[in-house]
Amino acid sequence: MFDTFLLEAIINGVLLGGVLALLALGLNLIFGVIDVVWICYAELVMIGMYTIYWLFVFYGLPLAVAIAAGIAVVAALGVLLHVLVIQPVLGSAPINQLLVTGGVLFFLQASATLAFGIEFRNLGLRMPVVEFGDMFISFARILAFATALVGVLVLWLFLTRTYLGTAIRAISQDREIMPLMGVDARRIYLITSAIGGGMAGVAASLLVLQYDVHPAFGLSFGPITFMVCVMGGLGNMLGGFLAAFVFAQFISVGGYFLHVEWGYVIAFVFFIAMMFVRPKGLFSR
Amino acid sequence: MSHTPMLEVRGISAGYGSFRALFDVSLEVRAGEAVGVIGPNGAGKTTLMRVISKIISPSAGEVTMEGTPLGSVPPHRVVELGIAHVPEHRRLFPRLTVEENLRMGAFHPEARRRFRDRLDFVYDLFPRLRERRHQVAGTMSGGEQQMCAIGRALMSGPKLLLMDEPSAGLAPVIVQQVFALVRRIRAEGYTVLIVEQNIQQVLRVVDRAYLLEVGTIRHSGSAAELLASPEIRRAYLGL
Repeated sequence: MFDTFLLEAIINGVLLGGVLALLALGLNLIFGVIDVVWICYAELVMIGMYTIYWLFVFYGLPLAVAIAAGIAVVAALGVLLHVLVIQPVLGSAPINQLLVTGGVLFFLQASATLAFGIEFRNLGLRMPVVEFGDMFISFARILAFATALVGVLVLWLFLTRTYLGTAIRAISQDREIMPLMGVDARRIYLITSAIGGGMAGVAASLLVLQYDVHPAFGLSFGPITFMVCVMGGLGNMLGGFLAAFVFAQFISVGGYFLHVEWGYVIAFVFFIAMMFVRPKGLFSR
Repeated sequence: MSHTPMLEVRGISAGYGSFRALFDVSLEVRAGEAVGVIGPNGAGKTTLMRVISKIISPSAGEVTMEGTPLGSVPPHRVVELGIAHVPEHRRLFPRLTVEENLRMGAFHPEARRRFRDRLDFVYDLFPRLRERRHQVAGTMSGGEQQMCAIGRALMSGPKLLLMDEPSAGLAPVIVQQVFALVRRIRAEGYTVLIVEQNIQQVLRVVDRAYLLEVGTIRHSGSAAELLASPEIRRAYLGL
């Protein structure tokens, strides 16, 4: 018998995978180039969601303007994070770098609570639902998936077709000789941080259409994003991209067979088991 | 040949932490010359190259390129003055393709404008690289990688090519090919400063050479003089 609900779960998994892939790509880009994990990545997304919410609901700006501003704010936040927090610890032990971005995670969460309170807020938009035979797919999810894919494609073209993009890939392979190529590594770090932040901003604009924002929002996407990256092999962009879809299927289809919460349990159990079997990532070479 | 040298290294001392690798080293390279710096492993040859391209800063002394002191030039702008450095062990970006490696050599704005011309020039000089343009650099043979490393340096449109141990880690047959490459680079009119442990070979491609031992210049002279010097023959050529 053909199971429409299973198919719907699979499709929803693919749609979720698009946004996860975008987040994983941003985090992987930062790690690949700067060699630091932004543990607070999903908190940047949360700040982006609040920015869009605030500009749209409170100041009544058109949604497109609010989204553009939100992306710009998070990109600037990425640069600020690099200059104020990452740059001073670039030479320190990796555990210190991890802890320092962990500190930023709680700082951003606490600041958001202070500034916006703990209420769940949403844009108050009613997004249409697309009907497909017996299936109902949220338009916001389709939009998020399509935008995430376009974002991934644009990033890929940038990384492979431009001088700057090539330098971003090169710097992760041999840092020391970059000056011999005429490349100022500090500038590449700043640009990469802006792009990584901007991608968090794009993710924020997609998620704010589907979810309520609250100060702890990052906790529901941060750990997943990090695990997707580890599963794909930290710094391996293609691996992270594929792992995002694998992980999303676990959550979506696992949730369909049992209960929504079970989807996450199964996904994390799979992740832990994978750490024993393939600690360098599913797609490690 | 002009009277003022193209590259002037004067009184350089340098090291890493408390370790001093160079003591008061001076040398010069005139336009059109090929100059060698020879000496045993650990003599400070690579450190000297790194000081010239500003990967490290000297503790004393000054490097001047065509009258411009490098002291206040940021490291990533040295290449714009016409100095290209082929580093020891080639140091290609292993997961980039041949052509992407060459593109990195043409990163600075002036070089980008002339990317197409120079790419054709490098491909004509090394047709093998044209055949392998889409191959990932890390998968090529040592000799091919050396071609790519030299090609990458030429993409910046240099006047002076610094070559650090181009024969290191290569099989003897390939070493012959690499020195043939150096001859071709010379024939194209580039000024070359080359550092080598393979003294017998390098003295056949350079005009003059300096002998560097434990961070100090011990000897200098024409390639023929050094080849004939009893001291060098005994200590380095095993004759």
